Amino acid sequence: MALLQISEPGMSTAPHQHRLAVGIDLGTTNSLVATVRSGLAVVLDDEAGRSLLPSVVRYHTNGATDVGFTAQSAQNIDPRNTIVSVKRFMGRGVADIEDAASLPYRFVDAPGMVQLKTAAGVKSPVEVSAEILKVLRERAEVSLGGELVGAVITVPAYFDDAQRQATKDAAQLAGLNVLRLLNEPTAAAIAYGLDNASEGVYAVYDLGGGTFDISILRLSKGVFEVLSTNGDSALGGDDFDQRIFCWMLEQGRFAPLCAGDARLLLTKARDAKEALTEHTDVRVTAMLSTGEMMDATLTQTAFNAMTASLVGKTLAPTRKALRDAGLAVDEVKGVVMVGGSTRMPCIRQAVADFFGQTPLTNLDPDKVVALGAAMQADVLAGNRAGDDWLLLDVIPLSLGLETMGGLTEKVIPRNTTIPTARAQDFTTFKDGQTAMGVHVLQGERELASDCRSLARFELRGIPPMVAGAARIRVTFQVDADGLLSVSAREQSSGVEASVQVKPSYGLGDDDITRMLKDAFTHAKDDMYARALNEQVVDAQGLIAATRAALAEDGALIDAAETAEIEAAIAALEKLISSPDVEPNHHLVIKRGIEALNAVTTGFAQRRMDRNVRRAMAGQKLETFG
Amino acid sequence: MDFSQTHFELFGLPATYALDRAKLDAAYRELQNTVHPDRFAAQPEAEQRVAMQWAARVNEAYQALKHPVNRGVYLLHLQGIDALDASNTKMAPAFLMQQMEWREAIDEARKSGSVAALDALSDDLRAAHRRIEAHLAERLDIAHDFEAASEAVRQLRFMDKLIAEIGDVYEELES
Repeated sequence: MALLQISEPGMSTAPHQHRLAVGIDLGTTNSLVATVRSGLAVVLDDEAGRSLLPSVVRYHTNGATDVGFTAQSAQNIDPRNTIVSVKRFMGRGVADIEDAASLPYRFVDAPGMVQLKTAAGVKSPVEVSAEILKVLRERAEVSLGGELVGAVITVPAYFDDAQRQATKDAAQLAGLNVLRLLNEPTAAAIAYGLDNASEGVYAVYDLGGGTFDISILRLSKGVFEVLSTNGDSALGGDDFDQRIFCWMLEQGRFAPLCAGDARLLLTKARDAKEALTEHTDVRVTAMLSTGEMMDATLTQTAFNAMTASLVGKTLAPTRKALRDAGLAVDEVKGVVMVGGSTRMPCIRQAVADFFGQTPLTNLDPDKVVALGAAMQADVLAGNRAGDDWLLLDVIPLSLGLETMGGLTEKVIPRNTTIPTARAQDFTTFKDGQTAMGVHVLQGERELASDCRSLARFELRGIPPMVAGAARIRVTFQVDADGLLSVSAREQSSGVEASVQVKPSYGLGDDDITRMLKDAFTHAKDDMYARALNEQVVDAQGLIAATRAALAEDGALIDAAETAEIEAAIAALEKLISSPDVEPNHHLVIKRGIEALNAVTTGFAQRRMDRNVRRAMAGQKLETFG
Repeated sequence: MDFSQTHFELFGLPATYALDRAKLDAAYRELQNTVHPDRFAAQPEAEQRVAMQWAARVNEAYQALKHPVNRGVYLLHLQGIDALDASNTKMAPAFLMQQMEWREAIDEARKSGSVAALDALSDDLRAAHRRIEAHLAERLDIAHDFEAASEAVRQLRFMDKLIAEIGDVYEELES
């Protein structure tokens, strides 16, 4: 019998070059990029030594963009073309944005996601976010000295499918290979948990610039299991600024403000909020373009009073999350604070009072998410042995379908561990009905109209039957990024229809292609050369991995299957050794990659079956030994 | 993936209602450590796809065994019985009476806005839940009385609904 090989602890079985991967925290107010260098997670700074990149993009008439501090400093003089807090618009329609009227932007109510009219044309929030991601990608590539293999992008745990899909689209548009979308509180838990070698139940309280998340996790033997999550994807530090802004309007009794003055006062409001973190009062002064003056003192007591209801709005989801996890407050061993807004003393006090313990703040709340994301990116890129830790995350909101009478039928309940797949059978309502509309929803409400509409598609060609006789099986599948795909199949005839849930609130592939083209006309990059290079690198990686698998486990398949795989490898090798024979050669290589992937599926399944048998055999020894 | 394998076989556990939760959790962690897509993120697409299917299967099996109602439903399903069949609504009158009393108590707590009353009610319901679970284990594992076991499963589901209603009242009182 062949002996199994065991590598040295901490060494990967096949030593290879360190693959460059980063974690990106795409925040409402600020964004960061981090990586793991010599085993240590570090945030990457810009040339001026600054780690935070303000999530602000300014568009110029000639199509050029400023991102970060330069854009931020222009927000008072050019408020309409300087987009701040764009994360709040991701995957959202105009109707979703409560304070749209008080914002200086020219919103365009496009089907699906809202768009913004700028000096450089109409921009989708996905495009604006991609500008931020591009700057971070370039920062990382310069700093690390090479092209990135991929990135882990963090999203608020409470983001729904539309918001997640929009984030992934933005990363793709910025030329990033998304290794995983990772929930922000979970990323923070990695950074904290691994730092402190913790075990037990932890709560992560994450109040950012525009979003609030609460996650309850159980840490046990290197597994981070999210038990429940809740939050508010439209509540954050910006709302606290808004309260000070309203106070300023009361104090100053100004004439109606122009966009620049409104932006100026909002900036002053944020400064005042930050000052109150360390002082008991702050003097607020401003000079408006109309010559009107603002000069007043804001005390911490007054600030706490005007924002008490906002603090309360974070505690309701916290209670819900605990209830969903089936836990009492005193079962929580530690509370981790994440997000710049948790610096506010009123927040720290409220959280301490609620949990009856001092929250953990020893890691920088602005950086902890990016650091955790970098650690996960390092694992996913294959730089570690892989058995260090495992994340088991959940979906934040129930997924379901609209049924007769406009009601919601839940197919996957909230807080279900992902990846997951569920099937449910439905039937026809009328005799001879040959088509069925499938309306995919997300949310907890009973009425379909109160839930978020994710997608609609139709299953056609159902054989005519009496009402109630057809069996239509609808399958929901949620992948490890938390993204949903839905398919429907009539059981007796086998008629099928499916949809990647994108159309109504995300962007179609055509939109992405158009935006990529637009982006590259302004850039020096040659889009085609880049695409071809990507495919060649992917193909080489796939061939190497397949060869390694054959060498290791070739005995699991018969000669015919081996020959089929060898033939697909040879065909793909031929394609990459004769580059550029036609303009769309990258697509030809892509099809070769798909062909090789298709013929190796059976092999992959047998390898996994064998791995499972091995794992369970070890498990039995442990349990009975 | 062997679909003829039961969830119990997958985790290497005996097919009984009485469950060693620590063993289930350990086997679940071990399996997810082996099959989770994060373990294959740097691998070819075929392997990633297989990993996603496996991880979804392991999650489904874990949910089915972890929850008291699901585990009962699943064990009875293995016996060819649909415990939650809509046409089967048999329920002991004493349980129905008790149900109505609990409902009234929840209503009263809502009207009086008493969190303390809700807390006490929650404790009562959870204790009753545990008693029914013990009864269900005895009926299924020892007596093999599937009819009584089905009724116990339906009772547990009623209890879960009541506990969820209490959750809604907490939310109402808090907001």
